[in-house]
Amino acid sequence: MAIDPTRVPRFGHGSRVPGWDDAADLTKDPSGVPDPATTPVPESLRARIEAHMAKYPDRRSAAIPALYEVQNDYGWCTPEGVEQAACVMRLTPGYLIAVATFYDMLFTHPVGTHQVWVCTNISCSLCGADELYERFREEVGDDPAFNLRSFECLGACDIAPMASIDGAYVGPIALDEVPTAVEQIRTGQEVLPDKQLSRRKSVDPKASEQ
Amino acid sequence: MTDLLLFKNIDEPDLHTLEVYERRGGYRSLRKALGMPREDVLAELDASAIRGRGGAGFAMGKKASFLPKGAMDKYLVCNADESEPGTFKDRELMQKSPHMLIEGMIIAAYVIGATRAFIYIRGEYDFQASRLEAAVEEAREAGYLGEGILGSDHDLTLWVHRGAGAYICGEETALLDSLEGKRGNPRLKPPFPANQGLYQGPTLINNVETLATVPAIVEMGGAEYAKIGSPGSTGTKLVSVSGNVTNPGNFEIELGIPSRELIYDLAGGPPDGREVKFWFPGGSSSPVLTKDDLDLAYDFDTMAKAGSMLGSGAIIVVDDSNSVVDVALKTAKFYRHESCGKCTPCREGTNWTVKMLQRIKSGEATPMDLDIMASVQDRIIGNCLCVLGDAMAMPIGSMIAKFREEFEAYIEEARARNDALTTDEAPPEALIQGAAA
Repeated sequence: MAIDPTRVPRFGHGSRVPGWDDAADLTKDPSGVPDPATTPVPESLRARIEAHMAKYPDRRSAAIPALYEVQNDYGWCTPEGVEQAACVMRLTPGYLIAVATFYDMLFTHPVGTHQVWVCTNISCSLCGADELYERFREEVGDDPAFNLRSFECLGACDIAPMASIDGAYVGPIALDEVPTAVEQIRTGQEVLPDKQLSRRKSVDPKASEQ
Repeated sequence: MTDLLLFKNIDEPDLHTLEVYERRGGYRSLRKALGMPREDVLAELDASAIRGRGGAGFAMGKKASFLPKGAMDKYLVCNADESEPGTFKDRELMQKSPHMLIEGMIIAAYVIGATRAFIYIRGEYDFQASRLEAAVEEAREAGYLGEGILGSDHDLTLWVHRGAGAYICGEETALLDSLEGKRGNPRLKPPFPANQGLYQGPTLINNVETLATVPAIVEMGGAEYAKIGSPGSTGTKLVSVSGNVTNPGNFEIELGIPSRELIYDLAGGPPDGREVKFWFPGGSSSPVLTKDDLDLAYDFDTMAKAGSMLGSGAIIVVDDSNSVVDVALKTAKFYRHESCGKCTPCREGTNWTVKMLQRIKSGEATPMDLDIMASVQDRIIGNCLCVLGDAMAMPIGSMIAKFREEFEAYIEEARARNDALTTDEAPPEALIQGAAA
């Protein structure tokens, strides 16, 4: 979970290239809590992080919300952004990086701006999610604006096979709808409006009788 | 069959707003509860015998009674990190009726004397989290949250906390670590959260559905609620049915109805010409049952007696067009991805199970590997801080036990396919052992 295996350099026979896990430049001093005097933090970022910190008895609880704010502003958890959050929260950047690497939704590498996560867990793959993911791969190609990935269960097995597209759940997506969907993402329209989960009615017969 | 409790008016437009929710009788139970002594409300919850809807099925009233009495910082946490594959009931509830959850939480916080409450919702539920945040804001403005709620001496602050994509954070102690701003690693138990939970204070953690049922229990009375369902599994339950069924979705049922009715009548059963091969009765963590078990009653005790569990109430149906090996591999890969890595049996066990299943698929396995794989599962169970490893070991173990012949046939077939390749032509790159590892 912590290390993205595709980013670990490997020899052709599969073993890792020495030095792949070198933590840092050991000649440098460990980074402490950033000095506010030398770490400029944008005012709006500071205000939002401080608002999160005020919600909890312990300021560290705001770690995930603060990293979300950084990601929101910079596209991913950039070293500068994390240092700014650490400066506001009075923590070391290392602490926040340790948190960020644990979670799937916090990116410690640059990613595309459009988040397309195709669920390929059990229920969805029983309904053809693996083919759907491949179809998306073909359609998106190597467009750097997309962060296309297969995701573990997104909790929408009733609309399998589905994808979370820039935060909105869409499904069930047929294979021939993929080009339309990708085009709609590119042009900033709502993706497949009649397949949005937010408009789906309950299927419970008694609930729909009411 | 009784009336719907949770899905009542669920598709009414704007039920997620305070105005419509109040028009439908919302926050009446809160007024009633605040007019009763705390002990009496707890007694009602106890009398309802409602069991936790998150997966473990522990009696909610009992759990609440474990919290120490007296003046101290106590916390209420709602577990909305619904990540169990196949489960999506809380999502619909939070999206369409967020105030029901908030009302239940205010009552539960009143019962245990908590002044701070949090909803830990999984980060992927962006839309649902926004709905909850808006609903909390509405409730605060209407005076249902804050100091001296409705003129009583009960104070409560409530925040929605978004997770960031980790199945393990649905485990209660990992959730607490994550809420404290750490990596989501489970803690050693005991001490249990009821004694030392969030910020080392006594903490009550309940699932969304459990807390959302509280207003209904207060309204109708615990004894009346206990009449619904079967003894030992009282009440109504939201069941998520998915996989190879024609009408997947959430259904509110009275516990104890036959599983066949649930899968065939409500969810439409498998597509034409197919039949049920096996099904997970309670999310991907529950041992699988076969088509012979379809007539069992769907409740906590019957499922436990059949060697499985009701879990989170998520049925995944697999029809006979699928290979059990593929489903096993999907299941094992999920747990490998989500293992936090703290305990060796889980971290290594999930990894090796995936590798052995991949060997079966690539034709490099022998029937002996099945025994090794089964023994790996045995050694994970009970040897970790939390049950994530067990949650893989139980379904995989049950698949090997119930479909051993199919696994063996698959191994032989894949090996024969491999042999044919190696004698006629050079094997493709992917088949050289180690290259893909």
